[in-house]
Amino acid sequence: MINIRNFSRTFGSHKGLDNISITVRPGEMVALIGASGSGKSTLLRHISGIMAGDKGGGDIRVMGRIVQEGGSIDRHIRKTRAEIGMIFQQFNLVGRLAVLTNVMLGSLGRVSIFKSLTGRFPRAVQEAALEALRRVGIADKAGQRASTLSGGQQQRAAIARAMVQRAKVLLADEPIASLDPESSRRVMDLLEELNRQDGVTIMVSLHQVDYATRYCQRTIALRAGQVVYDGPSSALTPAVLKDIYGAASEDMFGEELFAETDEPAMAEVIPQPYRPGLCAGAAA
Amino acid sequence: MLKPGLNKRFINMFFAALGLCVVVWAWQGTEMDMSALLNGSANMAEMLSGFMQPDFTDWRYYVEEMVVTVQIALVGTLLAIIFSVPLGVLSADNVVPWWVYQPVRRLMDVFRAVNEMAFAMIFIAAVGLGPFAGVLALFVHTTGVLAKLFSEVVEAIDPQPVEGIRATGAVAMEEVAFGIIPQVLPLWISYSLYRFESNIRSAAVLGMVGAGGIGFSLSEQLRSFNFGATAAIMLMIIVVVVIFDLLSQQIRKRFV
Repeated sequence: MINIRNFSRTFGSHKGLDNISITVRPGEMVALIGASGSGKSTLLRHISGIMAGDKGGGDIRVMGRIVQEGGSIDRHIRKTRAEIGMIFQQFNLVGRLAVLTNVMLGSLGRVSIFKSLTGRFPRAVQEAALEALRRVGIADKAGQRASTLSGGQQQRAAIARAMVQRAKVLLADEPIASLDPESSRRVMDLLEELNRQDGVTIMVSLHQVDYATRYCQRTIALRAGQVVYDGPSSALTPAVLKDIYGAASEDMFGEELFAETDEPAMAEVIPQPYRPGLCAGAAA
Repeated sequence: MLKPGLNKRFINMFFAALGLCVVVWAWQGTEMDMSALLNGSANMAEMLSGFMQPDFTDWRYYVEEMVVTVQIALVGTLLAIIFSVPLGVLSADNVVPWWVYQPVRRLMDVFRAVNEMAFAMIFIAAVGLGPFAGVLALFVHTTGVLAKLFSEVVEAIDPQPVEGIRATGAVAMEEVAFGIIPQVLPLWISYSLYRFESNIRSAAVLGMVGAGGIGFSLSEQLRSFNFGATAAIMLMIIVVVVIFDLLSQQIRKRFV
């Protein structure tokens, strides 16, 4: 579904993404974790073709279609983007437009420009938008301006927009980073539902590791633009996390989590590391 | 510690002296002559006494001309708004590449740099005397101003909603229509109304060069020393300008 091969992106002398290769199969829900600045956002924005990688720096395909290759974004990117839903940390709704209009904008990829620019969205789109709002539980807000909604409600509206888009792949960039725990749970439940019921392939970057282990079977971890872990979320042990997050990790997870590192039983479940050199160092 | 303080005082004095030189230079260049003011006091007194008795005998004609003045301002501003929407977007550096916004911006600079009166004289040469030349003059100058103001608003938008729309597979026109326009509309409306206000003021003098409206009567009466009629026309201009200023202020308040 998502194929990334030897992909790199350099910002000046800083390697934003460093020779990344990832394959996501249809129907998977994958968590993307890593410290701030590790490249999670950058990777997702490159998969949706909003940013272009280095010249000669690998390729990205989604659903078999080329998104970008060797640093240039494909000419038919709009067609591909229409298949890729994107959820953002700041929701990225148009605040002054009604919630329903925002959700209907999900259809821009398939509705003719003459209809959209004159504001005449087909009846089917209007109905799909209302249905999506019902599914995410904010149908009663359809007529309000998006800016009047709470953060959690705005994120659910953004998910409704991706539903109207009929996206087969959903990229969620820190969707719950600015939400309270209750809203976070509802948003993650919705993503899980989309994945299980509708078969949408989901890649979601997360700040909190516990959400990754609870909602996603597979986790990919980035550090300094490199994949340092790619495997089952259940095998994310404190030792692995320490390796992923480096020195900052103790602040994030607290001392007690790392106290367990010394127990020999934990050492045995450390998974086959994606990059043996890095993980072996942490286990030693 | 003493030396930097002294230095600073010296620099301050230097710039104060420089500023004084510039003022003296400009004073001499403008032939400022206080004695002319005093010698002309008799003329002034005559003018003032004329002004004290406004002559409204031809008021029907002045009202007709005033209506034309407002019409010139309205049509000129409307045309400018219509053209400023695309030109404003095309001068925004966060929407188009430099090889688009640089030439468009320079063209808008030209439109803005030339005063309405100068444009009016140019268009009179092209289309003849009358309000049409005035409309064209206001249209071109206002387009230069509004396109710049519009583009500055576009450059200050939040890019995130636009990215959200781009991610749905929208084409560029749709990104502008749904991502940018809703964000900039309140300020665009406010600026447009403000330009309408100032275009009524400008339209009132366009007639002086023959580009239609009340300005023609104003300069005619002034030239024939009919101070009473001049005062009547000026009063009417002031009343109309104040009414439209208040009106547009009220409308603008609703949008910002």
